[in-house]
Amino acid sequence: MTVKLVVRGLCKRFQRRGGSFDALADVSFSAAAGEFVAIVGASGCGKSTLLRIVAGLENSSGGEVRVDDRPIFGSDRDRAMVFQDYSLYPWLTVLQNICFGSRLMANRGDNTLADQRSVADRSVLLLELMGLSSVRDAHPHTLSGGMRQRVAIARALLCKPELLLMDEPFGALDAQSREVMHDLILHILALEKRTIVFVTHDVEEAIYLADRVIVLAPAPGRVDSVWQTDLPPALDRTQDLKRSPEFLAMERRILGRIRATSGLQRDLDALRRLTAH
Amino acid sequence: MADERRESRLWAIRGTLDRRHYALIAASSFALWLLVWWAITAIGIIDPLFLPGPAAVFRRFWSWLRDGDLLQDAGISTYRVMAGFFASAVVALPLAVFIGAYKPVRAFFEPLLEFARYLPAVAFVPVVLLWTGIGEASKITVIWIGTFFQMVIMLSEDVARVPLTQIEAARTLGATGREVLLLVLVRSSMPAMFDTLRITLGWAWTYLVVAELVAANSGLGYAILKAQRFLQTDRIFVGIMVIGLIGLATDQLLRWMHRRIFPWAGARA
Repeated sequence: MTVKLVVRGLCKRFQRRGGSFDALADVSFSAAAGEFVAIVGASGCGKSTLLRIVAGLENSSGGEVRVDDRPIFGSDRDRAMVFQDYSLYPWLTVLQNICFGSRLMANRGDNTLADQRSVADRSVLLLELMGLSSVRDAHPHTLSGGMRQRVAIARALLCKPELLLMDEPFGALDAQSREVMHDLILHILALEKRTIVFVTHDVEEAIYLADRVIVLAPAPGRVDSVWQTDLPPALDRTQDLKRSPEFLAMERRILGRIRATSGLQRDLDALRRLTAH
Repeated sequence: MADERRESRLWAIRGTLDRRHYALIAASSFALWLLVWWAITAIGIIDPLFLPGPAAVFRRFWSWLRDGDLLQDAGISTYRVMAGFFASAVVALPLAVFIGAYKPVRAFFEPLLEFARYLPAVAFVPVVLLWTGIGEASKITVIWIGTFFQMVIMLSEDVARVPLTQIEAARTLGATGREVLLLVLVRSSMPAMFDTLRITLGWAWTYLVVAELVAANSGLGYAILKAQRFLQTDRIFVGIMVIGLIGLATDQLLRWMHRRIFPWAGARA
């Protein structure tokens, strides 16, 4: 299996008034081609910062990020990102939103995606896969949150990025829409086979979707533990799996790690000592 | 029961009101003020020299219109306002995009503009006269000074308010800086900028009277100033109201255009 993404010794230091603050300290991990890696952790553990550095939206203070063994330089279409708040373009229709990336390439005469006809075919295919065919000419503000996020995912997938980066993509959705999105994304990825780094605060979601779950510990952000999920292949996963004993056990253990690293446990212990007196 | 619930929607904070009722209430507000105006002048407690009645003002409106000057005055004033406004907008729009997009450009211009917008446009009249002479250019320049600085600052805020994720999504889709500027920043801020232009057009009208202080011999502002000299209060009122009506009409037209051009605006995606 070839390695797609390598993150080695990554550091991020923010300058604050009256000192500096380490958001990330020596974070290393890698993702194989076609692998689905989820990153979870207590809030403030730097998981979004990590993803933004991989996307090239933020500079690191040290360490390196390599995609296909080449160091990254800024942001580019080989690392497409899906944001929590959809970030669609409200002035474009659903289809125009999805085709935004290919339009950029066409504008500058970049033909690496073969001809425009295959792009058109691909956009139609993605519309169908995402269940968006009936709203292809609608504007985003007329769509539900779940539909908007499907548009954003289709937009990110259109130009076949090497990496698909997702920053709490389902965080703004209700529980039902989120479950629908989980199964949808597994189906799409079984067909599309992309390498994914997925940041979430939802441990159940992380285990259900990912091949590997990385737990980050906060202050400074660092890798606490890595969990291989060993679930059945994407297409065979069902929602019932989330109720299986093995699944629940792993969820409990990961949640335990997050709690242990969050600093909250220490506060609770201190509180107990205080109240004991 | 159902009526009660309807009423509570009407008076709820950020409640709803259909267009027909909105128009009805708006019209009755105009009617009420007209009625109050008519009543206090009709009972004769105020000298018509200070406040002429609606009938007198309307008679003046009619004679002014019939003598043929009013349309000409309104026309030349509209021309001056539009020329000053467009001269502002043509420079302000591109400048605002760069200020809103690039921090160094902002650092270069913003403090300067914040300073310049407190410069009193009225005080510039003598120097403007000196610089541009007594032709149309002087009136247009005064309106330009009055609107330009505020306009750039407000437009650059519109550009700066484009959601960061819209920009970042474009970058991870491979957009260059130029493409982000043209395809995201400009497109995304267009409805807000259109609204800002609509508001600043109103300000351009407020500088008209000042502009027509400058050696004018035509225009609504000039007519108001001349009427002041002859104590023709009714003419002053006609001038003020014609300006108000032109402003209201253009504002409504621009609102309507906004809805037609940007049907997607007002709702964030």
